[in-house]
Amino acid sequence: MNWVNSVIQGMLLGGQYALIACGLSLTFGVMRIVNLAHGDLAVCGAYLGLVLSSAFGVPVWVTLPLLLPVAFAAGLALQVLLFGRALRHGVLAPVLVTFGLSIMIENLLQVAATSDPRGLNGGALALASFHIGSSITVSWLFLTAFLTACGVLSALQLTLSFTSWGRQVRATSDDLDTARLVGVRVRPVFATVAGIAVATAALAGVFIGTIGTFDPLTGTNVLIFAFEAVVIGGIGSLWGTLVGGMALGVTQVVVGEVNQAYAVLAVNLLFLAVLTVRPGGLFTSHQAVRELQGEGAPG
Amino acid sequence: MTDAQPGPPLLEITDLDVFYGDFQALFGVSVSVTQGGATALVGANGAGKTTLLRTIAGAQAAASGSVRYDGSDITAAPPHRRISRGIALVPEGRKLFPSLTVEENIQVGAAAAASDAWPLDRIYGAFPMIATRRKQRASTLSGGEQQAVAIARALAAAPALLLLDEISLGLAPLVVGELYETLAGLRSTGATLMIVEQDLRRAMDACDSLVCLLEGRVALAAPVTSVSRDEVVAAYFGEGRS
Repeated sequence: MNWVNSVIQGMLLGGQYALIACGLSLTFGVMRIVNLAHGDLAVCGAYLGLVLSSAFGVPVWVTLPLLLPVAFAAGLALQVLLFGRALRHGVLAPVLVTFGLSIMIENLLQVAATSDPRGLNGGALALASFHIGSSITVSWLFLTAFLTACGVLSALQLTLSFTSWGRQVRATSDDLDTARLVGVRVRPVFATVAGIAVATAALAGVFIGTIGTFDPLTGTNVLIFAFEAVVIGGIGSLWGTLVGGMALGVTQVVVGEVNQAYAVLAVNLLFLAVLTVRPGGLFTSHQAVRELQGEGAPG
Repeated sequence: MTDAQPGPPLLEITDLDVFYGDFQALFGVSVSVTQGGATALVGANGAGKTTLLRTIAGAQAAASGSVRYDGSDITAAPPHRRISRGIALVPEGRKLFPSLTVEENIQVGAAAAASDAWPLDRIYGAFPMIATRRKQRASTLSGGEQQAVAIARALAAAPALLLLDEISLGLAPLVVGELYETLAGLRSTGATLMIVEQDLRRAMDACDSLVCLLEGRVALAAPVTSVSRDEVVAAYFGEGRS
């Protein structure tokens, strides 16, 4: 048993969880939609990668310049045609709509692609690894997934913090009605946020499909892990989501080292423990806490 | 600029009906605002003052009637289009974005700005009290400072018509005095103001015309110089109606 190795592998795995979770966090933070189809959208990304990489006969990475814009456009379309309309009918409607979308995607994928597990062609990267000392082996693929997650989260955080679009997103997240009142065009803001959320989900799906296998029902598990990463890290904090994802990954791998049967159980227990001790999450923003506690902005 | 004669109407509201669901808040309201003027909008709680301002800003839809601004009909225009035409609202209760800094709040206000006539340095010049707080979160400021930020956010849109809803609510008289001095400075630059104010004396001092709403209807509309305080109070409480 090698604890250092387990922690390293767990952190790398956590990066993948964070990559899936950041879109979920963004969608909830800005539009107040808990997108129950988020995991299924990630799996759709994996299937799209499968179709494109077999069609062109190239590793799935080569198809990303086509795959990501398609996913972004799909997110835009979902927001404009579905989520945006659902939002006008109260808080429950989006939950039902995304739940229905999840079921539809899973069943359509079963019809179109059968239930056989699939994997993606990751090229030479998928098998390469390097050693640290004598006992630690790091897969280049895992490291790439982790670094990609860090890069995506950093880019998102910097964009939100320092651009005009980012300010408008945060203003909308704080107070939708007032944002509209002071001139923010809320619909384009929502549409781009949804586009980014689906594009990051699809990217995560490509890593899921390259590292392991996927089938039409994989999305549900993906959603649970992503959701737990968001809640542990704290709603509204992207860095929190990264830490939340890593906490999940480390727990899963370290406990799995002791007994594989308890790995996923331990992850869910961690989630419950955080929810009990710090219901707002570890890094939640003050605004989100106030909102969860039902207080308005200070007068 | 001659201030004796009224200029052309900048804003012309005709027969405006506004509903919240089944509840009618405004009944056939007609108000005209002259270019460069300052209009005080007074009335009891629930008279429809905030509703009228929000309808002008586009946050509330009109069921019937029209809002004409600077020569064109804007009754159905969304808020961002009205802002880029020069209408900005300082909402009741300030409504700052609490997680954003003071400067970011102001920058969001410039998202659909009519022009770049109000860059940040000019805004900070007009509100020195918030210049030193530009990097602080808006939620950490005092009430007066927050109100100044709310006005600054509206100014960032470079408005020709500035709508102000109860800017003195909950503030110390000294702070309110400072805010009104800033508004007087704004008027001298040619801005048109429409002010909802509970303090009748202050409203009549700061404005040149007055509109009193009573239960969603216009009870009195006149130049400030031609009405007495008693007439306004009578209209305010609906006394002397047949």
